[in-house]
Amino acid sequence: MKNEITRLLSGAIVEEDSHVSFNQLCHCCSLSEEQIISMIEHGIIEPLEPLLTSSYWQFSGGCIIRIQTAVRLQHDLEINLAGTALALELLDEIRNLRQQVKSLQRD
Amino acid sequence: MEYKDYYKVMGIGKEATQVEIKRAFRKLARKYHPDVSKEKDAEDKFKEVGEAYEVLKDPKKRAAYDQLGANWKSGQAGFEPPPDWDAGFEFHGGTQTGDQANAADFSDFFASLFGQQTGGFQGSHQARHTRGEDSHTKVFIDLEDAYHGASRSLTLRTSVLGADGRPEIKSRTLNIKIPKGIKEGQNIRLQGQGSPGTAEGKAGDLYLKIEFNPHSNYKVKGLDVSLELPITPWEAMLGAKVQIPTPAGKVDLTIPAASSSGKRMRLKGRGIPAKIAGDFYITLEIILPDKLNEREKSLYQALQQESGSFNPRVKLGV
Repeated sequence: MKNEITRLLSGAIVEEDSHVSFNQLCHCCSLSEEQIISMIEHGIIEPLEPLLTSSYWQFSGGCIIRIQTAVRLQHDLEINLAGTALALELLDEIRNLRQQVKSLQRD
Repeated sequence: MEYKDYYKVMGIGKEATQVEIKRAFRKLARKYHPDVSKEKDAEDKFKEVGEAYEVLKDPKKRAAYDQLGANWKSGQAGFEPPPDWDAGFEFHGGTQTGDQANAADFSDFFASLFGQQTGGFQGSHQARHTRGEDSHTKVFIDLEDAYHGASRSLTLRTSVLGADGRPEIKSRTLNIKIPKGIKEGQNIRLQGQGSPGTAEGKAGDLYLKIEFNPHSNYKVKGLDVSLELPITPWEAMLGAKVQIPTPAGKVDLTIPAASSSGKRMRLKGRGIPAKIAGDFYITLEIILPDKLNEREKSLYQALQQESGSFNPRVKLGV
């Protein structure tokens, strides 16, 4: 087994990167503009100011993670975008409810 | 090497039809998908199911696998496929393409039978200078690490095709800086640390999803941290100055007089540090001594007589 040790790596917190351009988003997620736009149309992600034209769009860093999750769900579970959007919303809700249960639980 | 019973993994019998296999796969994929499932070993289970399906969905591979399995007995340790195990089947050479799973994640057992070159996620990714895949993994940290920042060493294993054409497991260890102020569920991106690209394509990125280890004292919500603080009845009644733990160290807390159980107090900005730091919440809980000696008992009785007019149940109308 080969083992390589590298130096201390530091990276940025994706969610705190609040200004990802439309282009950068396509690049980060390896998706085409059309694919990203149809995710926006399904409400999976939203530009910070949706009324601007696409070349001026900015996204929060969390959109990258959300798109990646959407792509995995779509690919692995063979679901379409509408189904993916629904799954993501339900997962959000479950996460919030779990968080609430956790904070109400007494040890 | 361990023999893998793909039928058992899928929870189906050897006589299952292709339709039943597909149905079982879809059900298990939904159950164990790492983005959906809360089970700790979901990712491993998901890979295992993907690997089993990769073989069983293909009638040729399935037939070869069945023939192999006939010679294997449960409980037999160490498994080596006979050299000509797949004679007569067309896929020899291991360059099948499957679009379901990422073969790099498959077991040694799979690799020794079907080769490693079955690539997942192909289709749109076959241009010459393709950017490498992004990789994802989870990192567990302690709450204290989010307060102070920390470094973690992380060993990633990937299987690559060695010089002799046999798959080998390559592991690399990364030392990663965990930035101060990170919240549970956030992701750190390490550029260029994902899978290598093809030809001149850039390497993908590595995303580390941060999860907190459960803490015995504190609960965390976003940047806010809370503590349940046990106090004595006399501290609750008379007020007190007590020392309390926080992830950043001990601090003094003034408990106001006449604090009931369940009272919530806030130390502003003592949660997880950030541009706008989280808050630290304290919930008081009055704890009674297990036993009283005679003198304590008589003191409580004297108190009972003295405070006899106090009725905490007035609101209940009794």
